[in-house]
Amino acid sequence: MEHSINYETLQKKANFRTRIQKIVIYFFLTVWAIVVLFPFYWMVLTSLKSYSAYNSEYVPALFTLSPTLQNYADAFTSVPLVGYLLNTVIFTAATTFLMVLVSVLAAYAFARLEFRGKNLVFTLFLSLMMIPSELVVITNFVTITNLGLRSTFTGLVLPSVTSVFYIYLLKENYEQVPDELYRAAKVDGTSDLKYLWKVMIPICRPTIVTITILKVIECWNSYVWPRLITDDPAYYLVSNGIQEIRENGFGRENIPAMMAAVVVISLPLILLFLGFRKKIMSGVSRGGLKG
Amino acid sequence: MKRNHFKAWLYLLPALLFLIFFMVYPLIDVLVYSVEEGYNFASQTYFGVGLYNFSYVLHDPYFLQALQNTFILVVITVPLSTLLALLISAGLSSIKPLRELFQTIYFLPYVTNTLAVGLVFMILFQKTEYTDGLINLIIEFFGGNSVDFINGPYWAKMFVLCVYTIWVVMPFKILVLTSALASVNEDYYKAARVDGTPKLRIFTKITLPMISPMIFYLVITGFIGAFKAYSDAVALFGTDLNAAGMNTIVGYVYDMLYGESGGYPSYASAAAILLFAIVLTVTCINLLVSRKKLSW
Repeated sequence: MEHSINYETLQKKANFRTRIQKIVIYFFLTVWAIVVLFPFYWMVLTSLKSYSAYNSEYVPALFTLSPTLQNYADAFTSVPLVGYLLNTVIFTAATTFLMVLVSVLAAYAFARLEFRGKNLVFTLFLSLMMIPSELVVITNFVTITNLGLRSTFTGLVLPSVTSVFYIYLLKENYEQVPDELYRAAKVDGTSDLKYLWKVMIPICRPTIVTITILKVIECWNSYVWPRLITDDPAYYLVSNGIQEIRENGFGRENIPAMMAAVVVISLPLILLFLGFRKKIMSGVSRGGLKG
Repeated sequence: MKRNHFKAWLYLLPALLFLIFFMVYPLIDVLVYSVEEGYNFASQTYFGVGLYNFSYVLHDPYFLQALQNTFILVVITVPLSTLLALLISAGLSSIKPLRELFQTIYFLPYVTNTLAVGLVFMILFQKTEYTDGLINLIIEFFGGNSVDFINGPYWAKMFVLCVYTIWVVMPFKILVLTSALASVNEDYYKAARVDGTPKLRIFTKITLPMISPMIFYLVITGFIGAFKAYSDAVALFGTDLNAAGMNTIVGYVYDMLYGESGGYPSYASAAAILLFAIVLTVTCINLLVSRKKLSW
């Protein structure tokens, strides 16, 4: 009898301790969630405040009772935000399309075809992954300038296409496709290109989708190369656009309108992320590198 | 067979063209630029060959400032963000309900535009005539003195830069560490529980050793990424980082190339090569340390 009572109190004590631990853990996790979310909340909130209301608040209000969409109207009319968005869409689509095309073909050569020096070429390929973009940007800048391609989409897109890492990722995926399929196709007289198009690409579609999304994120946020290569604001992408808005846009004081532009720029990627959450997170953890 | 070789090269051709033209050639060219003294961008001529560019860069106060800023940034953000990510991931993996929600929220900064969200941090920390900014009001509320974090003293600017950098790099680290924690074999924990091992001891004796390769991976990539910091600083302090005294090495490279202070690809190349040498050295040290630590 006494044993069971002892056991019960012990159990209760242990339960109590784990509950306290859980509460502490949830508390800290919530704190970090607030740290992450607060800037987003603040930008949406500020973008909904009217200009006069924002500037009359010495202590900024944590919520607003009279939200206005005027700032969004301003963001679209008084600065060329639509142009920036359109440029970014064109740049992102062109770069991503070319990257996927180039990678699909190159990975196929590495994974499936036999040719002399394959291992050597592949090793050289991999060693290129370690080259920081800062080293090559200088010459690319000079090359594009000398070719007269500054402030053109060609100049923006071409140097941004290659991604050794995505070729590597795709090659790994291709190699998981059993050899028998290839031999069977060969017996049937299928050409390599047709095999790639009809068999490999459908099987490896998940990986292709992943690298597409990762590249879209990369393109949408790219700042350094577009800044170096576009002097003409008509070719600015969103990153340069927001910098331009900050320095010469609405005037430094019109923070609400600036925040409206920030919301508009951030929203597409956040929607993309919420739509493809699992894919993006597994893709990034497999070797996405930021920076 | 010959035909097949030819075909394989055909498949590789687009990738090779892009890589040779925009990566291999530039890599060689940057070395050439860095030793061409007195290179003139307009006439594309130079006086001689030597190491003057490196010496110029190493004596340029702007470069030294950039070097100092970058080192401070690296030394503060890499350990702090890794430690914080470790704690958060450990917390995440010990809960069930709401875990997915937390993971999704924590990942958000990864998909946002650094330049755009930097503006939000700017208005949160900035002190203007209209308002002291939210952060300063909080500091004042707790009885501290307000300070302009964006145009104020050096330490304050460094503080915001570090805060923002950590905010930006956390998603990747949390993601990698959570998946590393999830891959630890459950049997170890069960065995430890049977032995009645305290939780802290389980964490330091089982979890940490099991995920230490991933921690080292994060430290190495963290160092590389932090040494290349640039757009975070632009987001907070604007494009003229030299004026703000907050330039980074990468920023110095780009300033030498472009803009009002630009037109010196030779100096830019020398600075970029110095950066690469620093990153390479630090990475090698990291690898050596990790090999020693991991050899138990």
